[in-house]
Amino acid sequence: MAKIELTRNPLIKNALKSRYPQLAVFVVMLAGYIFAILAGLIGTPVGSHNFSIVFVWIAWWAILILVAVPFFGRGWCAVCPIPLPGEWLQRGAILAPPDKKPKWLNLRVPKIFRNIWLQNISFLLLALFSSVLLTTPNITGIVLAAMLFAAIGLSTIFERRAFCRYLCPVGGFIGLYSQTAPIELRIKDKQICVTCDGKPCYNGSQAGYGCPWDVFPGGLTKNTYCGLCMECIRTCPHDNIAVNLRPFSADLAKPSTRMDEAFKAFIMLGSAMIYAGVLLGPWGAFKDAAYNVGTSAWFIYAVIFLAIIFVILPGFFTLGILKTKNTLPLKQRFASLATALIPLGLMFWVAFSLSFVLTNASYIIAALSDPLGLGWNLFGTANAAWQPMLTSVLAPAQTLALVGGLIWSARTAQKAANEAKVSSIPVIVYCFATTSIMLWLLL
Amino acid sequence: MQPTPSMDLPTSPNLMRFYFHLLLFVMAGLVVAFAPLPVPAIAPQERTFEIDAGQYAYSPSELKVNAGDTVNIQLVSTDVVHGLYVDGYDVSIEADPGQTRTLSFVADKPGSFRFRCNVTCSAMHPFMIGKLTVGRNNWLFRSFGLATLAVFGALISIKQKA
Repeated sequence: MAKIELTRNPLIKNALKSRYPQLAVFVVMLAGYIFAILAGLIGTPVGSHNFSIVFVWIAWWAILILVAVPFFGRGWCAVCPIPLPGEWLQRGAILAPPDKKPKWLNLRVPKIFRNIWLQNISFLLLALFSSVLLTTPNITGIVLAAMLFAAIGLSTIFERRAFCRYLCPVGGFIGLYSQTAPIELRIKDKQICVTCDGKPCYNGSQAGYGCPWDVFPGGLTKNTYCGLCMECIRTCPHDNIAVNLRPFSADLAKPSTRMDEAFKAFIMLGSAMIYAGVLLGPWGAFKDAAYNVGTSAWFIYAVIFLAIIFVILPGFFTLGILKTKNTLPLKQRFASLATALIPLGLMFWVAFSLSFVLTNASYIIAALSDPLGLGWNLFGTANAAWQPMLTSVLAPAQTLALVGGLIWSARTAQKAANEAKVSSIPVIVYCFATTSIMLWLLL
Repeated sequence: MQPTPSMDLPTSPNLMRFYFHLLLFVMAGLVVAFAPLPVPAIAPQERTFEIDAGQYAYSPSELKVNAGDTVNIQLVSTDVVHGLYVDGYDVSIEADPGQTRTLSFVADKPGSFRFRCNVTCSAMHPFMIGKLTVGRNNWLFRSFGLATLAVFGALISIKQKA
């Protein structure tokens, strides 16, 4: 399939180049985000009737994992409100051209943190407390507020969007899975970037800010760290930036060899499997352990959770690829072949989320009318009864997602194995085994 | 909008073979997914289960019956008000604390169904879930079959490229 340059369309290009459409979405998102924090803190403690739980963990999550990430990659990051207050503070402006002189410390993030290990840790921290986080409004409110303040704090210390790039627990997996999306931002002609004076796309100019994601667009080869903020489209003096429609998972043809990204794939794969068993399974003891934070049962749950992600899943994977004869060091083979787990992990999350979202989506209708659970009835839907949706198509849809993910991963494994010049069979068998477990857990 | 240079297109004589194999696998997939399976002839019975509901869990939480059985679920709530809704059958009951309520229905749809609390009962209410298996869970086995077929297809593709 050919790439299609969407920015050739003047309507799309003007909409992306202008700051106002994006600002309008930002304002709505930021208002919704602040309302979610307030609802969590002052609304009803009953999660299924509180805006913060219903709109964040059901509505937003459904849009993110079922639509935004698979089809738009980092599309969510393009409109995410979390970095905004910090960024406005850092720039000392909302829309005005940047000052030459930094207003705050403007430090460079230390090299040791310039990877996604902190994002892996922040995701795992939330994941270990997820049973409480997903169901308790004030905890959701506190976590949302903490993310907002962390982003503000980091903006005053470090340059650009340090929170998004290195700490955001959501941004890490969105970046990983954005490689599978059929959309990309890339330069049109490399030579133009090589000879471009001042590199305004990275350093900023009167036309706009330097890349908030600390990426030089001229060197972009994959979606992982491009936040689709469109700042480079505004600053490029040569009209050399394009947004393209492309085949799915085009970035995975060149596998990564980074261990932080490889472990991100295992963290996401393992978390989806654990959630499918603990949250959607029939075993009360697991739910009890996951919910009662601080008890000995929870500590055992946390140890098992981490062992599955850091020992069992990567351990079996390593055993599988150990005998694939090759001159590449094992570490490099491990990271490279783990690329095959990216589509599989995404489809595990799609299958898990379908069940969770379709069962609980009807809460959205009631929460619209009574977002704080205070007895309001704004749109006359506050008493809408809970009713699971599309239960008859759920199992086939989950099978389609999981088997589709397996096929997708098998193809990715073949490409990664060709690059590393090893056999893809152990990776395909591994994907089959994990898919079978997920099928058993969900069906 | 004009297409920019393409990437990774299947080419020439291999293309026909590729589509032929794809068609073959799609047809095999449809057979695995939808071919009728023999149904074991087991006389329907009346099955009664007493289920305790409390603290976001059911006990027992997994029920197995044969297709055609009449299922009686006696729901006993041990703490607050709980409910029990059966996915796919769209039937439900609610029980007050200490009270027993009975839900009866004919399990005439084979497969695996979640049952879940339909009364907001605690923080973990959305995850208060049990599992009812009616007859053999054919869809799970069909899904395993589809996954096996997918791997088989991948292995054939590797062999052809080698």
